[in-house]
Amino acid sequence: MTPTSLNTQAPFRPLFWRKTQDVLLGLFSLISIIIAVGGMGWILWTVLSHGAHVIDWQFLTAPSKPYGEIGAGIANALLGTLAITGAATLISVPPAIAAGIYLAEFGKQSRLANVLRFSANVMMGLPSIIVGLFVYVIIVIPTGNFSGFAGTVALAVIMFPVMMRTTEDMLAMVPDTLRESALALGMSRCRATLSIVARAARNGLVTGVLLSLARVSGETAPLLFTAMFADTWPTGYFTKPTANLPVLISEYTMNSPFEEMHAAGWGAALVIAGLILALNIATRCIFRDRKH
Amino acid sequence: MQQTDTIFRTTCLLCASLVGLLMLGIFIQLGMHSADTWSRFGLSFLWTQDWDPAADLYGAWPNIAGTLLTTAIALLIAIPLSFVAALFVTEAPGWLAKPLSHCIDLLAAIPSVIYGMWGLFVLVPLLQEHVQPFLVDELRLTELPGGTWLLGEGYSGFGFFTAGIILSLMILPYMSAIMRDVFRMTPPMLRESAYGLGCTRWETTRDVIMRYGIRGLLGGIFIGMGRALGETMAVLFVIGNMMDLPAGLFSSGTTIAATLACNFAEADGLQLSALFALGLILLLMSFSIQVAAQYYLHLTRGARGER
Repeated sequence: MTPTSLNTQAPFRPLFWRKTQDVLLGLFSLISIIIAVGGMGWILWTVLSHGAHVIDWQFLTAPSKPYGEIGAGIANALLGTLAITGAATLISVPPAIAAGIYLAEFGKQSRLANVLRFSANVMMGLPSIIVGLFVYVIIVIPTGNFSGFAGTVALAVIMFPVMMRTTEDMLAMVPDTLRESALALGMSRCRATLSIVARAARNGLVTGVLLSLARVSGETAPLLFTAMFADTWPTGYFTKPTANLPVLISEYTMNSPFEEMHAAGWGAALVIAGLILALNIATRCIFRDRKH
Repeated sequence: MQQTDTIFRTTCLLCASLVGLLMLGIFIQLGMHSADTWSRFGLSFLWTQDWDPAADLYGAWPNIAGTLLTTAIALLIAIPLSFVAALFVTEAPGWLAKPLSHCIDLLAAIPSVIYGMWGLFVLVPLLQEHVQPFLVDELRLTELPGGTWLLGEGYSGFGFFTAGIILSLMILPYMSAIMRDVFRMTPPMLRESAYGLGCTRWETTRDVIMRYGIRGLLGGIFIGMGRALGETMAVLFVIGNMMDLPAGLFSSGTTIAATLACNFAEADGLQLSALFALGLILLLMSFSIQVAAQYYLHLTRGARGER
């Protein structure tokens, strides 16, 4: 190829156009950041401005009541949400940490571990409503009734792969020299993992638990046909539909024509959003040094 | 001591295999409970349009079409936005980049039901009273050739377009977080060489960074796509919940997830089985997208600093 033919093939890009493109890109990225951050601000501001005047002592301490009765609140739903998510954390975190230990300490790059790691990654992205269907089939149909416990199982299934992968990542960051020293001192593999490696990764594990707790406590879709909703205190956790905040919000705002219920829905939304954001920000601030 | 180690190892292995069992269990249960529908309608369930509980006739096509349409709108908006947002965060000075990426991460922490409420009480009235009248009555977009085909007859604020906007805001943080990692993985040497040749920032991004990280970008796009496909609450609030084929961007309709959330509690018999069949379709769709996402992310895992 001669130099002349090279010259004719080179694309013609005037400097002015190239610089204009560059400036346009800068403007566009500024706009997109404004949309992203502004969107978040707009949503939070809407929740705050609609919900702030609803919240008072009675709203937080009285149970929800059917429309028309005075003195209604959200206390039963708040308690129900705490019970459902708390129990979900209790039953999913220990096995998830054990599963993460298997991936990080024993399985490593074996074929089985790779398959399980892949399944966990895929499962993290499955729609949460599918998990609701699954739990409906394995808990609600056999026991014959909707219950808070079914909601707990649904949330636990969602949390499990998240916690498993977080545990693996956190344990993988612990340097191998620590493992070797523990084993050299004569510790068993079990003891070395639990009291040396897991302890070194403690902050990361706590962060993982709290972030996944925050993530599932706003989940609504899997609770719609597992925990459902009730205007009672959550006494029938194992046998009856159990009140919870996300479903209360969707019932009050979507399926109700009444202004008072919309307002209560905004109040509940402010409570749950406040809890989740506080959990997120506190976790990130307190345990910041351990992540990345 | 040997014994405790064996027990410990086995326990861990059992717990880890739980995730595989759950995955299999979901497929098997949804398959079993939708068996009636498949044996009654066969594969034609996929492209039939009826949904008539009185006559016990069910078809999935309006749901599938609605799901695909909302996902497509969401991706069309979110891909360019998350791409340049990630670019901005990577190039911005440290004091600005950190709070910005935290802000974007927090966007992912807001529960989807709150996105739904915001859509219903803020976005729907805004579109209904200002944006859509402007587009339809002032700009007369529907009178252009193909305008009615694209936008549909009339508008109500509800519909695919509104759902797509909300979904795009919801998937933006996920996609942008992955794209951010992809941009950071480009070796500084490559980037600096491009600048050294006199490339502008856009040319460096397009010809060097994008080529280097195209698989990671694809993985990020698939992750966002999977999120948008299965999102329930935010869509349910604003889609309008009509069991109709999409008649245009501004028309009401439904998606698989919204239909499930709406009808599941009251359904029984064949309708319940048809709903499980919808669930199975959604599961297969998002499963294949997740597999694609994981495949592309796996190819770039080492370079992005993960194991």
